[in-house]
Amino acid sequence: MVLFKAEKDTLTAYLGGDIDHHTSKNFRDEIDSEMARLMPSVLRLDFRDVHFMDSSGVGLVMGRYKTGLIYGCKVVVASMPPKVEKIMKMSGLGRIITFEKE
Amino acid sequence: MKKINEMKLTVQAKSVNESFCRVAVASFAAQLDPTVEEISDIKTAVSEAVTNSIVHAYSAMNGNIYITASLYPDNMLTVRVRDTGIGIADIKQAREPLFTTGGDDRSGLGFSVMECFSDKLKVTSKEGKGTTVTIYKKIRGKSVDES
Repeated sequence: MVLFKAEKDTLTAYLGGDIDHHTSKNFRDEIDSEMARLMPSVLRLDFRDVHFMDSSGVGLVMGRYKTGLIYGCKVVVASMPPKVEKIMKMSGLGRIITFEKE
Repeated sequence: MKKINEMKLTVQAKSVNESFCRVAVASFAAQLDPTVEEISDIKTAVSEAVTNSIVHAYSAMNGNIYITASLYPDNMLTVRVRDTGIGIADIKQAREPLFTTGGDDRSGLGFSVMECFSDKLKVTSKEGKGTTVTIYKKIRGKSVDES
């Protein structure tokens, strides 16, 4: 489930529930259609309501980063719970994507 | 080593079963009184193993995934995830971070995450026969956390 909030040029996607291989397709489709509709210059992915995430979540962020490159949209990751942060950090994603601090 | 307890689970290789498998193994491991982080580590490692079987081993066919979770003395948990799918031609390459044949938003981190979130990971595979992944995790539990 994704809730969206658009403010100025920033689109924030609040992700909720479990992110795994099974659910990531829905997250991807919802985010991509909202990105295509609003053409934001920043996409903020907010993980505060994510209860579980495996490497599919890293793939989801990587994929949005690639889509963002096409649109000229920067991707920011925000509000990671500790277990989400653990995987994001080990993935090395922090080298290309901004991890927003609270 | 003497086995203290064991749980076996067989599921069809359908992505909807990913959450069921990781939750079932985590529930079984709960008897060792793990920390929240240890439970999360187990769930994540199991999720990666099951996803690999679905995405890679059975990408072009139906099949079953066989999970065995066992408890040994000193709070040692092992989780074996076995499939009878296509197998892995080059295990060393498959275990390299970011290597993937999955395409489409797959991160190539499955084995790296399993290694990082467990104490030891054993992978055996035979092309055309299938793959078995065994996750070893010592549960240090809450007693250690609080001291």
